[in-house]
Amino acid sequence: MSSLTGSGAAGAAAETGPATAAHARHRNLERLGFAVAAVAIALLIAAPFFVYPVFLMTVLCFALFATAFNLLLGYVGLLSFGHAAFFGGAAYFAAHAVKVWHFEPLSAILLGAVGAGLMGLAVGFLAIRRQGIYFAMVTLALSQMIFFIFLQSPFTHGEDGIQNVPRGWLLGFVDLTRPLNIYYFVLAVFLCGFFAVWRIVHSPFGHVLQAIRENENRAISLGYRVERYKLAAFVMSATIAGLAGAMKAIVLQIATLTDVAWQMSGEVVLMTLLGGMGTIFGPSVGAALVVTMQNYFATSDVPVTVIVGVIFVLCVLLFRRGIVGEAIRLIRR
Amino acid sequence: MSAPPADPILSARGLTKEFFGFKAVNDVDLDVAEGTIHALIGPNGAGKTTVFNLLTKFLTPTAGRIVFRGTDITGVKPADVARMGLVRSFQISAVFPHLTVLDNVRVALQRKEGLAWQFWRSNRLLDRLNDEAHGLIDAVGLEAFAAHDAAELPYGRKRALEIATTLALDPPVLLFDEPMAGMGVEDIGRISDLIRRIARGRTVVMVEHNLNVVADLCDRVTVLARGEILAEGDYRTVSNDARVREAYMGSEHE
Repeated sequence: MSSLTGSGAAGAAAETGPATAAHARHRNLERLGFAVAAVAIALLIAAPFFVYPVFLMTVLCFALFATAFNLLLGYVGLLSFGHAAFFGGAAYFAAHAVKVWHFEPLSAILLGAVGAGLMGLAVGFLAIRRQGIYFAMVTLALSQMIFFIFLQSPFTHGEDGIQNVPRGWLLGFVDLTRPLNIYYFVLAVFLCGFFAVWRIVHSPFGHVLQAIRENENRAISLGYRVERYKLAAFVMSATIAGLAGAMKAIVLQIATLTDVAWQMSGEVVLMTLLGGMGTIFGPSVGAALVVTMQNYFATSDVPVTVIVGVIFVLCVLLFRRGIVGEAIRLIRR
Repeated sequence: MSAPPADPILSARGLTKEFFGFKAVNDVDLDVAEGTIHALIGPNGAGKTTVFNLLTKFLTPTAGRIVFRGTDITGVKPADVARMGLVRSFQISAVFPHLTVLDNVRVALQRKEGLAWQFWRSNRLLDRLNDEAHGLIDAVGLEAFAAHDAAELPYGRKRALEIATTLALDPPVLLFDEPMAGMGVEDIGRISDLIRRIARGRTVVMVEHNLNVVADLCDRVTVLARGEILAEGDYRTVSNDARVREAYMGSEHE
């Protein structure tokens, strides 16, 4: 071979050190991730004995929502500003299925998720033709259209929403009106959804998604039809966001316009950025923080939106990678 | 001008691109013979990169036709052109910055292995591409950097990585957009060697400013000026052409 390979081989001897170090660091970080996950699961199993279960379940629903959203923002680089449509839409579908059609809770939740996935297919199909801020605007516009459809449809009961949704019996024999039963059901669904996102991110398909995020034109020039990958990711994200929304309707026994409104789309962006986009745990941490603050300050004189806003500004100014993102950076040093 | 090749692998007829009434490329006929290194040169603003983007379908021509291996590809999308075997590089080095060198190459390999859509399986599956990927990485002299993020590489090495990634597709036709831009003397020698080596058994089209490189590497040269073809032939014919000398005004010509 030419001199080129020779000079590279000479360099190799000197430079294997940092290369293996980078590799070992990556492995260590991966192990740390698994350890954190194990501890978190243990804590979540013990948590309902110490903390109010409905609060915990709300956190889990929003954590899953933010995790689904992060699949798109963090791993494909697509900022959707319309994810409330999938979260809230699925909440309506599940609530209606349980209350009117007397569905069993799990099948109602899955129905909600599938419904959200179909909405995601339609919205994504139109939105992925544009990039950057235009993509965000198209998703916002379409989600506003969906908002008005839900506002006008008789089955959603307009401003009242679908109230008093029965929790029912899981698979016909587990009584979900008992707090611990429903808590562990919600935890199981959350873990399934979370695992699904983790699996997608760390799959061959996820590898292509990250390449598209890193350099879309280069991915095209390597023969990837990037629109199809983006659309698939969009549908997956919408489906899992729907899973979260449908679950929320069963937990809080209500589906309302708040869930489909654009503010909800903004909230999930906030949770993800606060926790750390592009990190697997970040969105859950962000969701826990935001829901806790909303709960804590709900009765205070200071409006909660002001406090959350201030924290968001501080986050953008001081720790742009978000809480988990900054933590990973510190560990890596 | 010498006669165009009888059976070109890539050819363009009447290629025209207008931007808001300005003709960046005007009625360009181009024939690239199989197995040659073909350069597109010309002063700044001559339309070289535009021709390049038209050939690889990143831009849609206003008029004209492009034929690749006997197939009209004028209406084909860029990803599909790449799948047909016409793979390009970019003027600004195109790597995936936050993926490792190994992962950069594996992204290119995984599509043809049918691993692109598997979202339900572990990415450890990609490890089966490692041997092939390391082979490509070694071939461009980057073996010491395999575990590094592409963003950490110096510029010349990024170019080498880009070439390794392109070669992973094993394309019959490679298009390089200014492969030497922004490189030091040492890197230029290295990348020239590399291009000469990979050009064996392939066809290479390159836009290049560095005329020493063009003289050294290329079998045939097309000179563009103001969006039109000024001259075509081997380097000696072209460099002795009075119109070409005038277009360059001696600025880059030695």
